[in-house]
Amino acid sequence: MTEMRRFLKDINFVIGLILVMMVAGTAILSLFYTPYDPNRMEISARLQGPSKSHWFGTDHYGRDILSRVMRGAANSITVGVIAVGIGMSLGVLLGALAGYWGGWVDEATMRVMDVIYGFPAVLTAILITSILGPGITNSMIAIGIYNIPIFARLTRGNFLSLKERDYVLAARAVGQTDLAIIRKHILPNALSPLIVQATVSFAVAILAEAGLSYLGLGTQPPHPSWGRMLNEAQPFMGLSIWPAIFPGLAIAIAVLGFNLLGDGLRDILDPRLAHSPRSIA
Amino acid sequence: MIAYTIRRFITLVVTLFLVSILIFAVINIIPGDPAQIILGTEATPETLARVRAKLGLDRPAVERYLDWLKNIILHGDFGRSINYDRPISELIASRLLVTGPLAGLAILLTMLIAIPLGIYAATHHNRPGDYGTMIFSQLGLAIPEFWAGILLILGFAVHWRLFPAGWFTSWEEAPLEALRSLFLPALALSLTRAAVITRLTRSSMLEVLQEDYIKTAWSKGLPSGAVIYKHALRNAFISVVTILGLQLGHLLAGTIIVETVFYLPGMGRLVMNAIFQRDLPVVQGVVLFIAAVIVIVNFIVDLLYGLLDPRIRYD
Repeated sequence: MTEMRRFLKDINFVIGLILVMMVAGTAILSLFYTPYDPNRMEISARLQGPSKSHWFGTDHYGRDILSRVMRGAANSITVGVIAVGIGMSLGVLLGALAGYWGGWVDEATMRVMDVIYGFPAVLTAILITSILGPGITNSMIAIGIYNIPIFARLTRGNFLSLKERDYVLAARAVGQTDLAIIRKHILPNALSPLIVQATVSFAVAILAEAGLSYLGLGTQPPHPSWGRMLNEAQPFMGLSIWPAIFPGLAIAIAVLGFNLLGDGLRDILDPRLAHSPRSIA
Repeated sequence: MIAYTIRRFITLVVTLFLVSILIFAVINIIPGDPAQIILGTEATPETLARVRAKLGLDRPAVERYLDWLKNIILHGDFGRSINYDRPISELIASRLLVTGPLAGLAILLTMLIAIPLGIYAATHHNRPGDYGTMIFSQLGLAIPEFWAGILLILGFAVHWRLFPAGWFTSWEEAPLEALRSLFLPALALSLTRAAVITRLTRSSMLEVLQEDYIKTAWSKGLPSGAVIYKHALRNAFISVVTILGLQLGHLLAGTIIVETVFYLPGMGRLVMNAIFQRDLPVVQGVVLFIAAVIVIVNFIVDLLYGLLDPRIRYD
C-alpha cells in the first residue's frame, strides 16, 4: 500500500499514466469499434469541420478523422512496442555481454554501438528504407536499431558496477554459472533504469514513426498513421484546418504521456537520475 | 591536452572509417544487387547490365569501397547522381546553402528562446514562472517538429500572411527574402531543442546558484543582474554550449523533415527525392556527409569543452 502511495504521490507519474492509458485504451478500442470505417471515403462530405456526426470533422476524401485518429493510436502503440522490443532485447543482450565479460568483447561491441548511436533515428531509417523500401515493418526495424545502442550503453554501465558487488562475487565463489549469475543476480537489479528508458524510448519511437510516416517512409496509405494524416492534410490547410490539428494533438498527447510517465518512474525507481537531461531523436 | 587531442583525433578517424564502411555495406552489400533496387523488378537484363556497369558493380565490393573512399578523401568526390547526372559533391554544396543557414538560424533561435527562459525559471525556482517554463518545456518535447511547422504555416503564413511558406527565394536574388523564408522552418526546428536547452539551462543555473562564490557575490551586495549574468550564467553556460554543439549535428538530420514541410530545396529534400527516385549514390553520399558532420562536430565540442572549463583535465 505504501508502495502504491509513493507512485500516486508523484504528479508526473499520475498524469503520464492517465494519458498513456487514454492512448492505449483508444488503441485497443479502435480494434473493435470506430464510429466509421477509418478508410471509408465520402467525397460529398469532404473537409467538414467538427459536427455531431463527425466529432473531429472529415479529411479531403471525406474520411472520418476521429476514426482514423483512433486507429492511428493502435498503429503508434504497435510500432512503439515492436521498436522498443527490438532495441531493448538486442541492446540488453549486447550491453550485458560487454559489461559482464569486458576486454575485447566490450571494446568491439561499444565501438560499433558508438557508430550506430551517432546516427539520428531519421538517418538510420533513411538508410534502411532506401534499401528495403518504405513501410511500417521497415520503419519499426529502423527505430529498433536506433534504440539498440541506448539500451546497450545503459545495461553495460549497470553490469560494470553490479558485477563487482559482494552478492555477485559470493554467487561466483559458490560456483554458479555466468548465465545463472546474470539471470538471478545482476539483471533483476539492473531492471529499474531499463524500465525508465523503455518508457522514454516509447515516446521517441512514436515521434520517429510519425516523422517517418510524414515523410512517406513509414506506414503506407490507406492505413491511418498520425504522421501520414498530417502529410495528407497539409495541401488542404487553406480549406480546413481540422485534418492538420487532431492527428498532431494525438501525437503530442501520446508523447507527453510517455515522457511524463518516464520522468515519474525515474523519480520513483531511480532517484539518482532524477535530473539528467533527456535526449531527443 | 595535446595527448588527449591526438587520442581523440585517432578515435575520430576510426569512427569516420567505421561509419563509411557501415553506410557502404548497407547500400551496396546487404541488398545483393543495387542495380535491381534502382531499376525495380521489371527491368530488362540489358538495362540491368548497363546500370551495373555504370555503377561499377562488376568489380569486387572491397575494391569499389576503397575507390569511393579514395575519391572522397583526395578529391572531395562523392560519386555521380544517376537522376541529375551531376557530381554529388556539387549537389550537396548547392543544397548546403539552404540547409547550413537553416541549421544556424535554428541554433540562434534555440539560444534566444531557451537561455532567457532557463534563467527565468532558475531565478523563480518553485514559483509559478518556473512551473510555467517547465510546462512549456514538456510541451516542446511532445510536439514533433513537423507538426510545429504545420502550425506555424497555419498561423503565420496562411492566417496572418507574415512569412512566406512553400517556396525559397535564392540568396543571390534577394538575401533578406531568403532569410525570411528560413525563419518559420528554423523556428519549427528550434522549439524541440529549446525545450531541452531550457531544462538544461535551468538545472545548470540552479546548481551554480548554490555555489559559494555566488553566495559571496550576493553577500557583497552586488546587484542581482551582475550576480546572475556575470557570475552564474558564465559557468552555467559550459554545459549549455556543449549540448548546443551536439545538437548541431542532429539538427542537420532534423532539417530533412522540416525541409519537406516547407518545400525547401535543401539537403533533406535532396535525400528524400533520392530515396523515392532510387538514386542510391546520392543517398549514400548525403548520409555519409551528414554522419561525418555529426562525428566531427562532436569531436570539436569535446575539445572546446576543455578550453571553456579549465577545471577539466584530460589524463
